[in-house]
Amino acid sequence: MAYWTTRRRDVLTGYVFIAPQLLGVLVFVLVPVGMAIWYSLNKWNVFTGRQTFVGGDNWAALASDPQLSSVLLATVLFSGGVVVLNIGLGLLIAVLLNRRFRGATFFRTLFFSPVVVSVVAWTLVWGFLLQDNGGINGLLGAVGIEGPNWLQHGDTAMVSVVISQVVRSVGVNMVLFLAALQGVPSELYEAARIDGARSRAIFARITLPLISPTVLLTAIITIVGALQSFAQIAVLTGGGPELSTTVLVYYVFQQAFEFNNIGYGSTLALMLLSFVMVLTLLQWQLRKRWVFHEQ
Amino acid sequence: MSSRRSLLRRALLVAALAVLAIPFVVPTVWMIAASVKPLPEIFKSPPSLLTDHPTFAAYGEAFSFQPFARQYVNSLYIAVLVTMITLLVSSLAGYAFARIKFPGANALFLVVLTGLLVPSEVTIVPLFQLFKQAGMINTHWPLILVTSLAAPCVLATFIMRQFFIALPAELEEAGRLDGLGRPGIWWRICLPLARPALSAVAILTFLASWNLYLEPTVYLTSPELFTLPQALTRFTDAYGGEMWNTQLAAATMTVLPVLIVFVVAQRHFVEGLAHSGLK
Repeated sequence: MAYWTTRRRDVLTGYVFIAPQLLGVLVFVLVPVGMAIWYSLNKWNVFTGRQTFVGGDNWAALASDPQLSSVLLATVLFSGGVVVLNIGLGLLIAVLLNRRFRGATFFRTLFFSPVVVSVVAWTLVWGFLLQDNGGINGLLGAVGIEGPNWLQHGDTAMVSVVISQVVRSVGVNMVLFLAALQGVPSELYEAARIDGARSRAIFARITLPLISPTVLLTAIITIVGALQSFAQIAVLTGGGPELSTTVLVYYVFQQAFEFNNIGYGSTLALMLLSFVMVLTLLQWQLRKRWVFHEQ
Repeated sequence: MSSRRSLLRRALLVAALAVLAIPFVVPTVWMIAASVKPLPEIFKSPPSLLTDHPTFAAYGEAFSFQPFARQYVNSLYIAVLVTMITLLVSSLAGYAFARIKFPGANALFLVVLTGLLVPSEVTIVPLFQLFKQAGMINTHWPLILVTSLAAPCVLATFIMRQFFIALPAELEEAGRLDGLGRPGIWWRICLPLARPALSAVAILTFLASWNLYLEPTVYLTSPELFTLPQALTRFTDAYGGEMWNTQLAAATMTVLPVLIVFVVAQRHFVEGLAHSGLK
């Protein structure tokens, strides 16, 4: 019989079809992660291009880095703020838009539109609006309030970055929540209403449990996305004032490309990677506890 | 009585949504409005949206200050190329992972998925070294290769797999009876059916490439090779002062085409995303 049976041909086709994607992940993701691990065990001299093996020195340096605690605090504040506001606002808008009324599509378009605006353009405009003599203080001044210099104070700078990031990206969560809300069977609502349940109880007991898988997934995506927000910080505050908005990603970039600390930068990058991995795994485990699955 | 109440409730709903929408709409409107104002008027207090002396001078300046037309072409051709490669690579891999049984398929799929887990900031230092050794720094190759084969493509492969899994097996059997091999089934039967998934992938990939900022900043040093997001941050005068109206004009030109396409095709955007398997 012929060697090339349908089965054999199928197996070969499978490998050929996945080859470009697999190769891409190997060369552009896995090999670089391996290299980053190796870099974190080395110290580099930028001028001579020489690298020397220093073992755990870079890792020990994490403990004695006087800036790291501020960076981690900024990272937690930024990611936490973005996730809470993003999920809360996304859910609120989705619930409001989920009712049938004229103009629902129009509003959906408005809320989603910042998603397609490039991060840098969006952030530039916010920077323009938030400066001392910018549009926001102009508006506040018109009603007799003297606004702060938003980007120059530690507290308001963080609030500004978080809000500009949330407004830009909440449209994605809104759409995912809308799709989930539309999947809730209307019989359940009718049954609850016949039983005399109030809207708030219906939302807490029926809607929320049924869309919880989506809430979980968007939470993961949003946290991981927030941990990777680079352009927003770079363009709006440059990590300042002082270190108040220097999140981990930005610190990695500074160490690696501005201060040329390739080894230490790679160590920080791996710390970022471990955060992302731990969060993803944690959420995955939690899923079993509280996510309701329809039969 | 009850219809009046429901009318009132609807009015309240629309009012609440309109207030909520302000921060979503004002920045973009402001950007466009300020780009046609003379510079001194940009910081007028109280601020107004309209000007008595509209001018498009800042638009011209954007082109004379930097090779902006060139940067535009760079962004456009890179995004189109990246989108085409991603569509091909992800539909092949997504199809194979969904429909073909081959040893190690599950394990290899998990390996591919790790591409979604690793932030690009983690790999950028080693990638910089790799591309330096390959002589590709200050070329567009890193932007094209990494975007079309790493994280955005992995997301695309995942979306395509989710879509192909749901296709009924009878379709493929019919194709087989017609004498089609695997590549024929993929190309003639499955891809035409996958248009919703393909358009979701195309939109997501195009935006990912069009908006890329970290990678161009790291890999490119010559202004004539810059992409738009990177170029937008370079509008400062000789003293490092911001050229706000020029910058806003350039930003408007960067944003407007995508925004117009979005408004026209918003149904595709939103539904593509909602059904992209992210649920």
